[in-house]
Amino acid sequence: MSRKPFVRPVSKTGWWLKHPRYMRYMSREVTCVFIGAFALLMLCTVERLSKGQAAYDSFIAALQGPLSIFGMLLVLIFALHNATSWFNVTPKALPVQIGEEFLAGKYIIGAHYAVWIVASLVVLFFAGVL
Amino acid sequence: MAKSNKPIFWSLFAAGGTLAAFLAPVLVLLFLMVAMGHTPSLLSYANLHAFAANWLGKLFLLGVITLFLWHAAHRLRVTLHDFGLRQDPVVAVVVYLVAAAGTGLSVLYLLRI
Repeated sequence: MSRKPFVRPVSKTGWWLKHPRYMRYMSREVTCVFIGAFALLMLCTVERLSKGQAAYDSFIAALQGPLSIFGMLLVLIFALHNATSWFNVTPKALPVQIGEEFLAGKYIIGAHYAVWIVASLVVLFFAGVL
Repeated sequence: MAKSNKPIFWSLFAAGGTLAAFLAPVLVLLFLMVAMGHTPSLLSYANLHAFAANWLGKLFLLGVITLFLWHAAHRLRVTLHDFGLRQDPVVAVVVYLVAAAGTGLSVLYLLRI
């Protein structure tokens, strides 16, 4: 047995910069920061809502502006990335077996995208946007 | 068999991730419209208050906020490890405490509406 085994040096903090696949993995993982921030924004919205109309209206007014637009766009990009990366692995997470065969992944992914579109349209309709 | 709390946190992560995949983009879009000065009618005080006054509305808001939080907390725990922060016992307690606090606060605020 070797007394000096070779240990490949791997950076604990920068390993994911070494390969595009690792970067794609990390880009998927960091979506959680934006989902979490958005959850806290919704929590603040509910808190302001419980404090009455004046508190709520000033909160909504404070959310307006170019910096806020930039922030929301950033959150939107990561929310979309979470959605697409989540749906694209559904054939692995929820394989559907019919007899001996497995249902092709594209149908499982497609069904999720279809439900996603319908759900988004329902929310937009309910919110008075459509 | 060794006891593990992993299934609890993992199922909250998976439920939150699925809910976020279906609903987060469109909900963020509503807030983007607020930022642009075109507040959707649901987000006016009167309409959102009426929505949250209904128990079904409360349940929806509670589900969305808390499951998003638990999803983010669990994934952040793993991601911080990936970024080189090797303090999992501390990280786990902090992220789950924040999610639990957010859960408690959302129940509190929603009951006041």
